[in-house]
Amino acid sequence: MSTIPKGPRPKHLTIGRIGLYCFIIMCALFFLMPLYVMIITSLKDMDEIRAANILNLPKELSFYAWPKAWSQACTGFVCEGLKPGFVNSVKITVPSVIVSVALSALNGYALAFWRFRGAYFFFGLCMFGAFIPYQVMVYPLLKIEDFLGIYSSLPGIILVHTIFGMPILTLIFRNFYASLPIDLFKAARIDGGNFIKIFFYVIIPMSTPITIVAVILQVTGIWNDFLLGLVFAGRDNQPMTVQLNNIVQVDYGVAEYNVDMSATILTSLVPLFVYFISGRWFVRGIAAGAIKG
Amino acid sequence: MKNSVEVKNISFSYGKTEILNDLSLDIKEGEFMVLLGPSGCGKTTLLNCIAGLLDLTDGQIWIEDDNVTWKEPKDRYIGMVFQSYALYPSMTVEKNLSFGLRMMGTAKDLINEKIKKAANLLQINELLKRKPSQLSGGQRQRVAIGRALVRDAKVFLFDEPLSNLDAKLRAELRYEIKKLHRDLSNTMIYVTHDQIEAMTLADRISVMKDGLIQQLDTPKQIYNKPANLFVAGFIGSPSMNFLNAKFEKSNQNIIVGNKQIDISKYENINNVINDQEVVFGIRPENINIEKNENSIHCKVELVEPMGADTLVWTSVEGNPISIRLEGSSNFNLNDEINISFDINKSSIFDSKSEERI
Repeated sequence: MSTIPKGPRPKHLTIGRIGLYCFIIMCALFFLMPLYVMIITSLKDMDEIRAANILNLPKELSFYAWPKAWSQACTGFVCEGLKPGFVNSVKITVPSVIVSVALSALNGYALAFWRFRGAYFFFGLCMFGAFIPYQVMVYPLLKIEDFLGIYSSLPGIILVHTIFGMPILTLIFRNFYASLPIDLFKAARIDGGNFIKIFFYVIIPMSTPITIVAVILQVTGIWNDFLLGLVFAGRDNQPMTVQLNNIVQVDYGVAEYNVDMSATILTSLVPLFVYFISGRWFVRGIAAGAIKG
Repeated sequence: MKNSVEVKNISFSYGKTEILNDLSLDIKEGEFMVLLGPSGCGKTTLLNCIAGLLDLTDGQIWIEDDNVTWKEPKDRYIGMVFQSYALYPSMTVEKNLSFGLRMMGTAKDLINEKIKKAANLLQINELLKRKPSQLSGGQRQRVAIGRALVRDAKVFLFDEPLSNLDAKLRAELRYEIKKLHRDLSNTMIYVTHDQIEAMTLADRISVMKDGLIQQLDTPKQIYNKPANLFVAGFIGSPSMNFLNAKFEKSNQNIIVGNKQIDISKYENINNVINDQEVVFGIRPENINIEKNENSIHCKVELVEPMGADTLVWTSVEGNPISIRLEGSSNFNLNDEINISFDINKSSIFDSKSEERI
């Protein structure tokens, strides 16, 4: 018996839908599995870990690995845990993010609105710069910084992160600004704004979504960086990732897996936190025409 | 009367594409000048050049006896209203209005006074604390006009300001702009592709095509005595009817296929040469339905009632002809009619040069 179509279309749970849900759930499990293992391992004591059964829940909760990872684990000869690395990472990330985002916004604005001679060439150069693997430039950059006398220092590593962040960020800002109506900029020019005034009073107030995208990209990128931190930061300024590596790669004694796991989780907390609080903005920023093109 | 804006032999090109070439235009003080033309004719480019938003390739622009060719837009005593409104989305209406004055460092009291005056004039008092996103299209355009007003601009530039609005609002704001011009009597330059706006607002219209001014005259002259075939066809809706014909000097007739039309009453009949190929143009309202010795017999092919008037379509020797009649007139399909042309209101063009004879 067939019913006469009327009102909203009835919703059916089709085979396709069920298949889709199954697939999504399996994907989620696949990616959550390592996290699960990390968390439960960090909560076991060493005896239980040695007994294998990697997927079993801990019989007895033991929290001792966490404070140890934070403040006592040995990185080489020093046994202060990850705490100094965390402080260093903050000292590196905050100025690098602020400087690179601010400069890129200004660059993107100039490229989008003040079409100077060779602007397209410069745009192409940025595009090129954004896709060169940075390992290629490590050695020349090292020589340059050595020459400038800032190699192996906090300003040195901040400069490196700023330089490597700028091509892609400039592109992102430029594309975002190019999607804004040009009339707005014309109106501002007639209203008496100059290069800097228009940027501060008209353009920046409209840049919130794209700035958030840029900040997320930079914070996660710089926080997760290992190579540049290892090469350019110097012994006193090693970021959290480098110190994590030192904890995990022990040359002597016993490998404490529970401490390793909690140290790893601690290191990844900052990017995770950034994603969680700003996910909504990230999607909105990308939807605003940011990363496209 | 002295000139407010003088455009002297300007050229402009984008790369190798020439948009304007050696164009000159004088706009009198207090005049409402409309730049009218199809898209791509260079009218907006010309306006942007006057505003200083584009750099000329050649020529000069003078505003109020001041050579502003190399001056920044802000130093040209202009206010501009854009099609897309271009209100600053992050600022309230009040901040939008005051932005230009704040940039110039005007005293706060004076700013408030000017905003109050402009808001009263445009009836946007209640909107001052709102953001542009909370306004309707018509309100946004009022604010955009207000932004030009508070700057005490000597010349107002309008870049298709009503094109984004619906028909009713467009008519309303058109009226407002006309009233504004009556009250302020500033020089205004207004770009549009809408001939109704051009006809109703302008003191003079300059009809443009391919970067050239085709005709510069009062709306009446342009409508009644179009300078060439392009202007004749562009102005007027429904547009002018055209018949390709040949002139016979001996009896002062033009010949369209098998039909003959006596044009001895045409104003410049003496300029028409024997055997000249011409285009005969006649507006729909200058055709009468009446039988006389000069009338043409034809059939009603389509009737379009438009309320105030009715448009009757027929054809002469295969050329479609529209006739504008009173709204009350009653014709049906296939009715047999006799039409006659008001020759002294017609336009005759040379078919080669397309210029009016």
